[in-house]
Amino acid sequence: MKLKGKAWVTGDDIDTDQIYHGQYLPITDPHEMAKHAMEYVPGMENFPREANSGDLVVAGKNFGTGSSREHAVLCLQYLGISCVIAKSFSRIFFRNAVNLGFPVIECSGLPDSVKTGHVVEVDLESGKITDETTGESFQGVPPSGLEKEIAGSGGLIEYLKRKAG
Amino acid sequence: MGLTFAEKLLASKVGRETVQPGQIVEVTPDVAMSHDNAGLVIRQFKQIGVKRVWDPSKIVIPLDHRVPAESTKTANAHKSIREFVKEQGISDFYDIREGVCHQVLVEKGHVLPGMLALGTDSHTTSYGCVGAFGTGIGATEMAAVWATGKIWLRVPESIRVDLRGRFQRMVFPKDFILFLVGRLGAEGANYCSVEFHGPSMADIGVPGRFTMCNLSMEMGAKNAVVPVDAVTIQFLKGLGFTTGKAFLPDPDAQYVRRESFDISELVPQIACPHAVDNVKSVDKVEGIRIDQAVLGSCTNGRIEDLREAASVIEGKKIHPDVRMLVVPASRSVLLEGIKTGVITTLLEAGCVLVNPGCGPCLGAHEGILADGEVCIASTNRNFKGRMGGAGSEVYLASPATVAASALKGRITDPRKVA
Repeated sequence: MKLKGKAWVTGDDIDTDQIYHGQYLPITDPHEMAKHAMEYVPGMENFPREANSGDLVVAGKNFGTGSSREHAVLCLQYLGISCVIAKSFSRIFFRNAVNLGFPVIECSGLPDSVKTGHVVEVDLESGKITDETTGESFQGVPPSGLEKEIAGSGGLIEYLKRKAG
Repeated sequence: MGLTFAEKLLASKVGRETVQPGQIVEVTPDVAMSHDNAGLVIRQFKQIGVKRVWDPSKIVIPLDHRVPAESTKTANAHKSIREFVKEQGISDFYDIREGVCHQVLVEKGHVLPGMLALGTDSHTTSYGCVGAFGTGIGATEMAAVWATGKIWLRVPESIRVDLRGRFQRMVFPKDFILFLVGRLGAEGANYCSVEFHGPSMADIGVPGRFTMCNLSMEMGAKNAVVPVDAVTIQFLKGLGFTTGKAFLPDPDAQYVRRESFDISELVPQIACPHAVDNVKSVDKVEGIRIDQAVLGSCTNGRIEDLREAASVIEGKKIHPDVRMLVVPASRSVLLEGIKTGVITTLLEAGCVLVNPGCGPCLGAHEGILADGEVCIASTNRNFKGRMGGAGSEVYLASPATVAASALKGRITDPRKVA
């Protein structure tokens, strides 16, 4: 499967409080949750209003560091973000994303030439990432093994249902 | 070839002699902990379509993050949890009175040496303080554990940290672990199991070990552990618990990284805004004005921490421009603090006592910071806006440094006060 959208580029060590602040944890309504996505990330204040369905987030190293809160994945998913590409991910964020059926691709060699507004395409099968604005391509790590099975089912709950059924 | 703690424990859980880092194993946890986010776990569990949880005796739920409920949304979530635990026969439910989940699980003997503990909280790494393997997971994954009793885990690589020497006066395990997080960085132990060893460990009790394992999360650790020794055994026996099964790493175990430190050279440390790995010695930032000081949390809200702060504060007054909040980690800590007079000392100095729980640590209630305000806290995270407004700042330090700073109204090296 290929995903294509406008990139929102952010930096290293974007933590779970920046992605989804603790004060909003009691919120259960998806629409409300989406309104607070990346609210505490400097320079991304307009992200929830300006991001379009299908846009991608492009980050530096250790994206999602911090809390185990799934809201950090859900708020992006509910906003319509199609994928996060990062130089590296924090362990629990990555696991939560897979379990919630939200595509995440690690690409340690991601260059800084990818800028906000560039059109980026991701091939989830091969892990190939293309910045269509600059024409450059990079190789990310595609899902494999159990991760691929869970992701392919659309998340852990669907995976379990499929296994049971 | 020898095995690390994580390899030995996970091999045992799957009934094998050995497992290799990178291998995926399917295991059944000995304990599955959720706090207020059990509300979200319940919602996901109901979607799976399984009627009963796999084993109600393995599930522990303490309410701690927003207690008592600060909003209708939270009150509704708490209500759904109370109903669910009754319906499912989950008897290890601790309502709002008991304290922070990790403290409660250790205090009540829910985690013991050799256990595999999962928690829907990143600081589940704390359980290594009693020789257990504790790791944090998300709510959906916990729902799957409730339904199936199983989880897949990647066998982690291990990092070995050796400590020798003794802490100087007014230097504590918190200072060491902040120093280590600063040294290794926020992803320095990502996906790894961190083991603490060395002659100094004989002098570091379970409360200090708790702080070290807890904050190992802030360098990305999957779990952290102090292998069971005489200190662990004495602690557990003192509480009347069984001593479980010790998984001791082999002397020839393979580590991806080894670090060794002489802790006698260490001075008080502080994590500066807005990252836990932005660590300096306290003397480098002395003089920064503070508005709030927080003593508490799963990281440093135990009786030893309250005593440490009280020893600095005794007979003095909190600076008039500072709000100093004391949040005991549990009801038992609070009771002990009342009985021993520690709470009296803190209140006489002008501290404000908050009920046991997470308090303002995650910026939910009970001490939110205004934009532009500065807080020094004994807690575990100083992310941008963590404790309130996006323009607020949090510094992390030991209870002694928090106390000394609260007296002076500015960040202060505790060695200069006490």
